[in-house]
Amino acid sequence: MSSIADTFRDEAAELLQELEAALLALEETPDETALVDRVFRALHTLKGAGGLAGFDIVAELCHEAETTFEEVRSGEHPLDRELVSLTLAAKDLLRLLIEAEFGGAPVDPARVSRLLTSFRQRLGENYAPAAGSGLLTENAAPGLSTYRIRFRPGPGIFRQGIQPQLLLGELCRLGDAVVGAQLDRVPPLDQLDPEECHVYWDVILTTAEDENAIRDVFIFVEDDCELGVQLIDNDGLLDDAGDYKKLGEILVERGDLPEADLEKFLAEKKRLGETLIAAGVVAGGQIDSALAEQERVQRLRRERQTAETSDSIRVKSERLDKLVNLIGELVTVQARLSQLANGREDAALLAVSEEVERLTWELRDQVLTIRMLPIGSTFSRFKRLVRDLGDELGKDVMLFTEGGETELDKTVIERLGAPLVHLIRNSIDHGIERPEERRAAGKPAKGRITLAAEHSGANVLISVADDGMGLDRDKIRAKAIERGLLAPQAELLDREILNLIFLPGFSTAEQVSSVSGRGVGMDVVRQAIESLRGSVEVSSEPGRGTRFTLKLPLTLAIIEGLLVDVGRERFILPLADVEECIALTQADAAAAHGRNLVNVRGELVPYVPLRETFSLPGERPAIEQIVIARLDAGRVGFVVDRVVGEHQTVIKNLGRFYQGVSGVSGATILGDGHVALILDLPQLAAQAEQRELLACR
Amino acid sequence: MAMETGETRQYVTFCLGEELFGVEVARAREILDLVPVTKVPQTPDYLLGVINLRGQVVPVVDLRVKMGLPKAETTRDSCIIVIEVQVDGEVMTVGGLADSVREVLELRDDLIEPAPRLGTKLKTEFIAGMGKLDEQFLILLEIDRVFSSEELAVVQEMQTEMTT
Repeated sequence: MSSIADTFRDEAAELLQELEAALLALEETPDETALVDRVFRALHTLKGAGGLAGFDIVAELCHEAETTFEEVRSGEHPLDRELVSLTLAAKDLLRLLIEAEFGGAPVDPARVSRLLTSFRQRLGENYAPAAGSGLLTENAAPGLSTYRIRFRPGPGIFRQGIQPQLLLGELCRLGDAVVGAQLDRVPPLDQLDPEECHVYWDVILTTAEDENAIRDVFIFVEDDCELGVQLIDNDGLLDDAGDYKKLGEILVERGDLPEADLEKFLAEKKRLGETLIAAGVVAGGQIDSALAEQERVQRLRRERQTAETSDSIRVKSERLDKLVNLIGELVTVQARLSQLANGREDAALLAVSEEVERLTWELRDQVLTIRMLPIGSTFSRFKRLVRDLGDELGKDVMLFTEGGETELDKTVIERLGAPLVHLIRNSIDHGIERPEERRAAGKPAKGRITLAAEHSGANVLISVADDGMGLDRDKIRAKAIERGLLAPQAELLDREILNLIFLPGFSTAEQVSSVSGRGVGMDVVRQAIESLRGSVEVSSEPGRGTRFTLKLPLTLAIIEGLLVDVGRERFILPLADVEECIALTQADAAAAHGRNLVNVRGELVPYVPLRETFSLPGERPAIEQIVIARLDAGRVGFVVDRVVGEHQTVIKNLGRFYQGVSGVSGATILGDGHVALILDLPQLAAQAEQRELLACR
Repeated sequence: MAMETGETRQYVTFCLGEELFGVEVARAREILDLVPVTKVPQTPDYLLGVINLRGQVVPVVDLRVKMGLPKAETTRDSCIIVIEVQVDGEVMTVGGLADSVREVLELRDDLIEPAPRLGTKLKTEFIAGMGKLDEQFLILLEIDRVFSSEELAVVQEMQTEMTT
């Protein structure tokens, strides 16, 4: 494949995503013309790029969809759900078509022609075939220009049977227009000839068309009217420096105000517009129009500036990974340098070392933020999911999203997709009731699912909340007992009952649907989240809905750790889990009669002696330290020889040989070059629990 | 391996006990002096642990245990041979602990014989062939198989044993 095709593939993926997002948004707010424009632009750009890269079929399909949306834009064609569905189908097909060129499954040409026919049928008589290769090779949307148009018809225009409003209407269809009627030439009522036209119009038009197209609108009346068309802004090609002209300058340019007068009024130093109207030099309408022009051009230029500053470049993510690895190495080397510098009494070396330290940390922070992406891009694909699933299951559901701008590590976002899909499916399938049930329960027929993200310290909280029927405790309990996951007489707290749904092999769906209820339910979600070093919680109110909250670390590359010694080995405990550290004397241990329990301010906390667990050699020191961690299962202590201190930990994968090793989540390189293992405290606690259960039997 | 041509290849040779082993030079990345190895708890004996190779965490395997020889104390001559292996189509860097490294030598392909089925006291499935030198045999390792994914599964079995 040529590189043009490869570039097109990347670009198309983005455009298709944009297209889908715009379509779904459009369905919610069909009156929003900006969204129609977004759809149109995406289709148009895709068409141009596809044609250029030789994907003629893509270009053709885009052309049909684009033509339809052109009619929507001009108001000739209504926008309805069916059209959105059709265009979404086209979007899916486009993706398949493009992937087929890159080794994906081939697409049945009949599907394409069916879809093309559907579009053409909707267009009916307005159907226009793609105009040859010129259209197809046309690149991205042409630049937009803004014109100032003054249309002053001759007084006899009505007698010629011409209606100015039709002309103005036609003009407006060329683009985004502001029309202002100027009434200052209208004579007093006693002198007014109703058959003559006294009004003239100022139009500010932003359009992709050129000046000739504008003049063409007035081609039949040109001889009898004054028509002024001036280019005032053309997508950055004119002098763009700073703000647009001042009000006075605009008026002078338009010939509404002699320059000498402007100077005179400016000297008064009041608001120019008000002064001019008060003095009767310029009509109110003229000022309004000039202000509209000023505002329009300023807005366009501002938008352009933001567009330019948010300019981005495409970088392969492997390169970023490599960069992150290098930073990790740099951090390690820098720690060694600091150690050396501190050991020598050399002020100059120390100064350099401190400077290197500052730069290293700054560099690290910067590099890590490069990997951060707003989660909103993932959110948009769920809109589609909710829409399709709702249709499939006969439920009326709307997805609301909040906090889409929240940034998360790219890897986290990628691996978050599947669990979120699962949660949302569950909410639609089990949570949201059918419309009639909802109405009977006094709720709006349309169910709501809210997907929200927010920052909370070094974590991001992502919640999936529905306003459905809530979790049925009795049913969960009964099911857990039936599945042998719970003893029938067990007394459980409310939270514990809810947490049963995360057990492997638990699924309450009475009917197996294509959506959920295959018994690979919430435990998969929990596993996925835990593999991202996160946790998941559920809360639910009967009749009011259910909320799942995922707590995730901001980044996978670095954690705050607590460095501890056991014998000659050193370990890192994730600081986020750690609550406190307390001393354990041998007398304390003896007092517990060999049970691994310690009294922490009245609460008995079980502990795991790491030396024994890991079979490490060496004598236990007289006073050991217990690091108390707060885990989902409650508080658990981990006994170590010594707590060294906090440590910013760059996480390294242990690699394939050690995948599946439990109790260890990764490794890090310490300042002295040694490797320390990062412990997975929940897994260690679970292992210890199992061992004790076995020992009791 | 088809050994009919008289082409020569270069091998890094190293000792495990009395035996002389060889790995193709192209596969060996470097030889390290023995550095402290961090043991990962609850893993099989032949997995010695991980080392820091210029910022990369690299697993180290005890080649003696791997080849079916008894474990031995490390000496001043002990070293880690860093090798690139293919596991399930993925290139990995691993370290192998050897008693000592000898030399790089050239061997004609037609001097290599297939591995004997019996009589070596070694795990024959890891042997690619036997090269005839003047006084002794050079055992050429099928290095990808030494680190194959079936072997990795052992780690997981071991874990299950420990916890259940």
